[in-house]
Amino acid sequence: MIGKPLRRVEDLPLLLGTGRFAADISLPGQAHLRVVRSPVPHGMLRGVDGRKALSMPGVIGVWSAADLDLGPIGFRMVAFPGMLPYRQPVLAAERVRYVGEPVAIVLADDPYRAEDAADLVELDIESLPPVLDQLQEPAQFDDQNDTEALLHEDGYGDVGAAFAAAPHVVELTVTVGRHTGVPLECRGALADYRPGAGTLDFYGAAKVPHQNRLLLAGLLGLPPQLVVLREAHVGGGFGVRGEVYPEDVLVCWASRLLGRPVKWIEDRNEHLLAANHSRDQVHRIRAAVLADGYITAIDDEFWLDQGAYVRTHAAAVPTLTASMLPGPYQIPAYRVRGHVRLTNKTPAGTYRAPGRYEGTFARERLIDAVASSLGKPAMEIRLSNFISPDQMPYARPMSALGTDLEYDSGDYALLVGKAQARFGLAELEHGLAARRALGEAVGMGCAFFVEKSGLGPYEAVRISVDQSGHIDIITGAGSMGQGFETVITQICAQELGVRPETIRVLHGQTDQIEHAMGAFASRLTVMAGSATLIAAQALREKALAAAARMLEASPRDLELSDGAVRVAGDPDTGISLAQISEALRPDQAARWGLEPSLTADGWHTTDHMCYPYGLHIAVVRVDAGTGQVIAERLLVAYDVGRAVNPMLVEGQIVGGAAQGLGGALLEEFRYDDAGHPQCTTFMDYLLPTRAEMPPVDVLITEDAPSPRNPLGVKGAGEGGTTAMGAAIAAAIDAALGVPLGVKELPVHPEAALRLAKAARRESTSEPGGA
Amino acid sequence: MKPAPFDYIPAASVAEAVAALAELGDGSKVLAGGQSLLPMMNFRLARPDALVDIGGLGELRGVQARERFIEVGALTRHLDLERTGVPGPLGSLLRSAGAQVGHLPIRTRGTFGGSVAHADPASEWCVLAALLDATMTVTSLAGTRTVAAADFFTTIFTTALEPDELLTAVTLPRLDESYRVAVVEFARRAGDFAIVAVMVACSVRNGVIGDARVCLGGVADRPVRSLAAESLLAGQPAGAAAFRAAADAAAAAVSPPADIHGSAGYRRDLVSVLLRRALERMAP
Repeated sequence: MIGKPLRRVEDLPLLLGTGRFAADISLPGQAHLRVVRSPVPHGMLRGVDGRKALSMPGVIGVWSAADLDLGPIGFRMVAFPGMLPYRQPVLAAERVRYVGEPVAIVLADDPYRAEDAADLVELDIESLPPVLDQLQEPAQFDDQNDTEALLHEDGYGDVGAAFAAAPHVVELTVTVGRHTGVPLECRGALADYRPGAGTLDFYGAAKVPHQNRLLLAGLLGLPPQLVVLREAHVGGGFGVRGEVYPEDVLVCWASRLLGRPVKWIEDRNEHLLAANHSRDQVHRIRAAVLADGYITAIDDEFWLDQGAYVRTHAAAVPTLTASMLPGPYQIPAYRVRGHVRLTNKTPAGTYRAPGRYEGTFARERLIDAVASSLGKPAMEIRLSNFISPDQMPYARPMSALGTDLEYDSGDYALLVGKAQARFGLAELEHGLAARRALGEAVGMGCAFFVEKSGLGPYEAVRISVDQSGHIDIITGAGSMGQGFETVITQICAQELGVRPETIRVLHGQTDQIEHAMGAFASRLTVMAGSATLIAAQALREKALAAAARMLEASPRDLELSDGAVRVAGDPDTGISLAQISEALRPDQAARWGLEPSLTADGWHTTDHMCYPYGLHIAVVRVDAGTGQVIAERLLVAYDVGRAVNPMLVEGQIVGGAAQGLGGALLEEFRYDDAGHPQCTTFMDYLLPTRAEMPPVDVLITEDAPSPRNPLGVKGAGEGGTTAMGAAIAAAIDAALGVPLGVKELPVHPEAALRLAKAARRESTSEPGGA
Repeated sequence: MKPAPFDYIPAASVAEAVAALAELGDGSKVLAGGQSLLPMMNFRLARPDALVDIGGLGELRGVQARERFIEVGALTRHLDLERTGVPGPLGSLLRSAGAQVGHLPIRTRGTFGGSVAHADPASEWCVLAALLDATMTVTSLAGTRTVAAADFFTTIFTTALEPDELLTAVTLPRLDESYRVAVVEFARRAGDFAIVAVMVACSVRNGVIGDARVCLGGVADRPVRSLAAESLLAGQPAGAAAFRAAADAAAAAVSPPADIHGSAGYRRDLVSVLLRRALERMAP
């Protein structure tokens, strides 16, 4: 069962149209909430006048910050105390800091009327000049603080000495634009506070319900056990969906105020203004290089445009950028300085491969620059700098997401060799060279990366078999469409020898299990998968112990297969899990000295992450007339340690590659000079569609299983995205014959056209040149 | 993204529609396929007090073939034109332009007349109407009048239509067998509105260009004929030299707008590249 491309067990309700997403859930008497948002990027909020709105039919009320007694939204991870002043208030009180910032709420009996009334809320805002560039010197944030929320410094080794001794120093400045995950389903929340009972039910949770329960209960002053978060179907997460945002707090607050359910469903226009942006980093990076291409040190300084506030991810993105930037290479000395700067844009958070998409772009462009300056092939530079298998586990004296950065296993050169053979890279390049000779601007680019996955510290699973033999797997971890239920089902089905159809996975309900971290950081197959294996093993032991009583045999002589326990070698003695479940009544279990019920818990805990790795290859054609970059093929080789379901791993990689391509060629949140967002619809925020997305060839290898979990697995959620920007940039360079031409993502066709023109000028001014 | 309140008036006939428009005046809008109007209403960029829905008027859908021209009913779907059997170069032009309108669901629902009345300067049908000097047939309670394409598109999203007038049909001249036509446009993604769109129709006899028509979309507040290019093409041998000269002249003559999808200079570059391609690719 493990290792098989089992079809997704969670798809039937989706195919039948019986899925329940946030907007599908309604409760009797619900009121509809509409957020009034700031129309200006920066200003002093002098007044909120809701009188006109209140006179509209169906309007229940209008509230602003003055009516709230709530603190700012706290941090969920990598919480540096110095960032506390930059937390986002639930509603702007004195100052508005970005277009789209929640300033007031309108509640009405109907979502249309709520939106009509919200239009009539008058805001008195005195505009202030906006800060729009993370490279400008820090400005004033408030009376005590400037706009540099964090200067993150890290590193190891003697960088100064390495640069002083280096025969070559290669330096460049590169930029990754502002883009983010855009799930098909926008956000949504329905809060149901029950006066008297004092309970709060919250529908529309995703990703990290247990963590969010703590944040929400803390903000509202409620005991966490009286707050229940419920995850329904979720139409995509990508890091963006499922964090605690102002709107999540507001529906809870309003429901408690009104004593009735309150629903908020985000529209796309709001989503592009309100949900976390991401990326937007400028790196100034340099390498100290020996004559043979060995890199003795990297020195990187980067500037991250955090937007207007620091949200739940706190310092997750800058610290991940810093710690993962050296990637697959040895790099004996490393220094990094990351400036997290506040601007008047939508706040930023994590997005699939946070920090690694940016850091990998900077590092792999640097590798290409080293190769170009030494006149060697880039892959040769990579191979001569790789951490070798005999150096594993490889500790880099830094930390990542609070864990020691120690790569668990890997053979990077082996993967390069396998990719070259499987994809026929030599012939591919030969064919491209022939096309270039005929005048086509085509080229191939490569980028190598190390991912991190399986972040701890824990995940818990409870498995329970009922009297019919049906199995529930209960976990607090989230499912956002990634195939989580299928993976968990496969692991359990294999261990218990049962059919997948007898298993249901319940996820993301905070009242069903006490502890959970959630679905992020490519951690679920590692963490919840391992917990499932451990719980299934415990359940097997319990089933054997009970069956031993029933069969009057020794548990050692019993085996569990096909959902039944048998005496080994005696196929006629089968007792089904259903019968065992029925037999484990409290009274009978007590007589047997067993705990009642055929259930078992499993926990997987860890202090370390595991580190998958991969090679991205892009083949592009540039239209030399328009500058349009057409991706012809994408190829991904990825070592996942062990693939529980190779079809789902491939699906994750292909989807991730599409997002990597989007960030490289199309997706960008642009702002005008006054700070107004220019990309607030799908006409202007350009997601790649089927037409822009070429076929993706995927090679999954299992050469470096993780020694850090019982399954040997590593995460697959982000490895399709990580190096795609770097690979596409290198491919454009190759197509145009301009080394290090691309230093900025996304590559607008206008920019590619400039490069193409520069290349043509170059080649005409140097007749006979390459 | 929910529209502001509006009244909805389904029209059972053209007479009913124009009566409603006359009564409602300035605050009303005609609803055809809804592919532009409804998103604009959802974003509250358009807030009509009332929508007069002409979607049920079957008599406005379809192409009437006459000897020297065709009459395209306002409710003819983009997809109808993408698949039209109109013969000759005009048919080629319609099929080629139709195939580049939006995505399939948009082409299935959106209408030719809706596009023309919406007057997006990069719209295929607006560019085509200007290219062929189409004639718009417009009806109101006061009767029916015709407006030449050159007078119809006044500025971005604005036409010569009065608030009480309904566009019922567009008349397009047939092109004789000497014409060569092409539609070339550039967008960052398949199906997006063109950053620059180019349409050409040139009569070529014995290798020499006679009547030359070049129309550009996305470079001004309305579709514009490139008189510079047309005059450099007419009377010249149909070949690279004339094409290059025309393309360069067309680019030099435009003052395109800039937005996040491209600067003015980039659009000018595109005019040159796309027009040359259109001229090189034009076919019967």
